[in-house]
Amino acid sequence: MRHVILSIVMWLLANVAYAFEIEDRAVFGDETENVPLRIVSTADISYFKPIIDAFRAFRPNVTIDYTVASSTEVMNAIAQEKQPFDIVISSAMDLQTKLANDGFARKHTPPASQDLPDWAVWNDMVYAFTQEPAGFVISNALFEGLPIPQNRQQLISALRQNPDRFKGRVGTYDIRKSGAGYLFATQDARASDTYWRLTEVMGTLDPTLYCCASEMIDDVVNGELAVAYNVLASYAEKSPHRDKFTIILPSDFSIVMLRTMLIPKTSDNPILAADFLDFVLAQTYPSGVSPLLKTQSLGQAEQSTLYRISMGPGLLVYLDYFKKKNFIAEWENAIVQD
Amino acid sequence: MLLLSAAGIAILLYVVVQSVAEQIAQESQDNILAASAISILDSARVVEGDISIDLPYSSLSMLDSVTDERAFYAIRLNDEFLSGYPDLPRIAAPNDATAFQSTTYLGEDIRMASTWRSFSTLEGQAFLEISVAQTLTGLNQSIARISRISLAIGFGFFLLSMVVAMVIAQTTIRPLHRLTGSVSRRGPSDLRPVAAPVPTEMAPLVTSLNSLMTRLQKSLSRSEDFIAEAAHRVRTPMAIVRTQAEVTLRRVEKEENRQAVREMIRAVDESSRTAGQLLDHAMVSFRTDDLARETIQLDELIVDTVNRLHPISELRDVEIKTHKLMRTKIQGDPILVQNAIQNVLDNAVKYTCADTKITVMLDQSDGTAHIRVQDEGRGFDDTEIDQLLLRFERGKNANGIVGSGLGLTIVDDIMRAHGGHIILSNNAGEGACVTLSFPL
Ligand SMILES: Nc1ncnc2c1ncn2[C@@H]1O[C@H](COP(=O)(O)OP(=O)(O)OP(=O)(O)O)[C@@H](O)[C@H]1O
Ligand SMILES: [Mg+2]
Repeated sequence: MRHVILSIVMWLLANVAYAFEIEDRAVFGDETENVPLRIVSTADISYFKPIIDAFRAFRPNVTIDYTVASSTEVMNAIAQEKQPFDIVISSAMDLQTKLANDGFARKHTPPASQDLPDWAVWNDMVYAFTQEPAGFVISNALFEGLPIPQNRQQLISALRQNPDRFKGRVGTYDIRKSGAGYLFATQDARASDTYWRLTEVMGTLDPTLYCCASEMIDDVVNGELAVAYNVLASYAEKSPHRDKFTIILPSDFSIVMLRTMLIPKTSDNPILAADFLDFVLAQTYPSGVSPLLKTQSLGQAEQSTLYRISMGPGLLVYLDYFKKKNFIAEWENAIVQD
Repeated sequence: MLLLSAAGIAILLYVVVQSVAEQIAQESQDNILAASAISILDSARVVEGDISIDLPYSSLSMLDSVTDERAFYAIRLNDEFLSGYPDLPRIAAPNDATAFQSTTYLGEDIRMASTWRSFSTLEGQAFLEISVAQTLTGLNQSIARISRISLAIGFGFFLLSMVVAMVIAQTTIRPLHRLTGSVSRRGPSDLRPVAAPVPTEMAPLVTSLNSLMTRLQKSLSRSEDFIAEAAHRVRTPMAIVRTQAEVTLRRVEKEENRQAVREMIRAVDESSRTAGQLLDHAMVSFRTDDLARETIQLDELIVDTVNRLHPISELRDVEIKTHKLMRTKIQGDPILVQNAIQNVLDNAVKYTCADTKITVMLDQSDGTAHIRVQDEGRGFDDTEIDQLLLRFERGKNANGIVGSGLGLTIVDDIMRAHGGHIILSNNAGEGACVTLSFPL
């Protein structure tokens, strides 16, 4: 009887430890020997593995426990559950900013020698280590015979002029389900009115709404979609079917998302966490060798058209209850046309 | 004292600048917070009887435009929380259109602004309350910067006032220094009034200094007069005593009585010599005070003096020879110069031995006239040669020879008054050599 109770308690402990929803998890190095550096991240293991390998080459004794979760779950893990993670990595700049703003992040100052652009750090808490532009992913097959649109205006014209060809073949994020989609949409709308016109035009073409970029890319590859709007170029570039589509960073402006990192106050191992953060920054700036920086499209794009999302309390505006409700209502009005 | 008050003013300046600037920094932060709160309030409208708020992007982003700041806000309708941070503190009573408060939230010091407006909703009149708060990173930074600046201002003021004070003190003190200098450069008997120009503030000082010197002068000459008077009054009775003693000597038979009378005569001689020299000294002091500047034919004056001494030298079987007297003219008081020569010759006669000769020479070199008096006597004792110019100092070699010890003192005073000096030395062979040097 006692054994049964004990095992039930053990089982509970093991599971209660992560009440938030985990997508994936990997441990690099010997977990039993060292206290691991615990990272919770929105990025796939395969995406982040190169930088972990680089760090472990530099500090071989360090064990890294890497947990993947969605951006809202990452937020929950820290803000609600106070999980003792050492590093929080997320592409949701708004949620990362909110974590820091609401007092869940630890301040950290990188070594004085570290050259860091102003836009890459907020309040000594949130540090950006990638720049990832969003663009159009265009199916080469379905655009056969048409000029490839280079900006939003041209995309609007192409869609308007060929409603039959594009009916049911345009895709974008469902901003009600995707945090990244919502962030891109709000920043798009803030940058230009063209966003609303484009959304309305897509609305007339019976668009497919997606939760995730990978599914959108898959559908472009298998011929379901002619154009996917607001897809991270860094994802699309990794597709094995690179020849099936063209990635366009719109020449009017491209929203650039920054992937960010912070050390939560709940960290048990803040010194190691700071070392890891400094290591990643040193790999990234001023023109680093970080394996995460290899986004081809970013190098080709005209610098003046890149519209970097800026960290700061401005991002909290779109998390406001009323703001979000109004924005989504307006978006639904435009895209869901019955 | 000056230092202390300058430091006091500097500190006051620092505190004033600091507090004024802090207030300005605080006001500019408050203005931004108020602008933010009002922009949110302005975005509120009533849609179908319900409040709807469309937060402008700039309402929160403006809080962060210069320095990274954490920002918090809360939107409440009457007491019902609508959006933002539910536990953000509230400002108690809205007494103004916009109210400010410094408080803490999530363990951070914050500054908060709240603003209110009434709306008519379905439930009737309601107050919409917008509160916006931000952390103090920027404020603290600018206060630290202001602190540095006002510290620099205070310190700069302190330095400047030090320099100014020093310059002022210098210019006030300089005439005083000049006065001190001119007084301390004077000779010991120079009691003329001070004539150096001084600033009017110092005129009373100079006046009282001058009056002190006049009084000093008066009392000095009074005591000299007194000495001369006393010497004069002593001399006549002395002369009578001496004559009487000589008369007595002739009459006394007994050898021991004669010896006593002889000693008495010697003592009387000594005293009257002293009285005579004191009288001379007083005369010298008087005449040097306002020295006559006549042209003196020095060689002639020497011959004249030697001749005057002839009776005494003859008495001692001593010959005074003048040798190679160069014709020389100097400026001065002939009575004093003669007195000096006479004293030196008198010594030579007194301290040499019988049947020797004394040589007096006069020549010129380097714009100076030198009178040299050489004898063949016992010479000066080297160990005491420095003392002999002092008053009443006599040498060991003067045993049994009548004198007062004032002779060379008088010579020295006369020489100094004429801008010259006396040098005592011994000849290579034997005898003393006294040199008197006058500027030409
Ligand atoms: N020519 C000299 N040879 C040796 N000693 C001398 C000679 N002239 C002066 N002195 C020494 O110097 C001393 C001081 O001389 P000074 O003329 O001042 O005094 P005095 O001759 O003793 O007295 P006074 O001249 O007043 O009668 C003398 O006592 C004597 O010892
Ligand atoms: Mg003498």
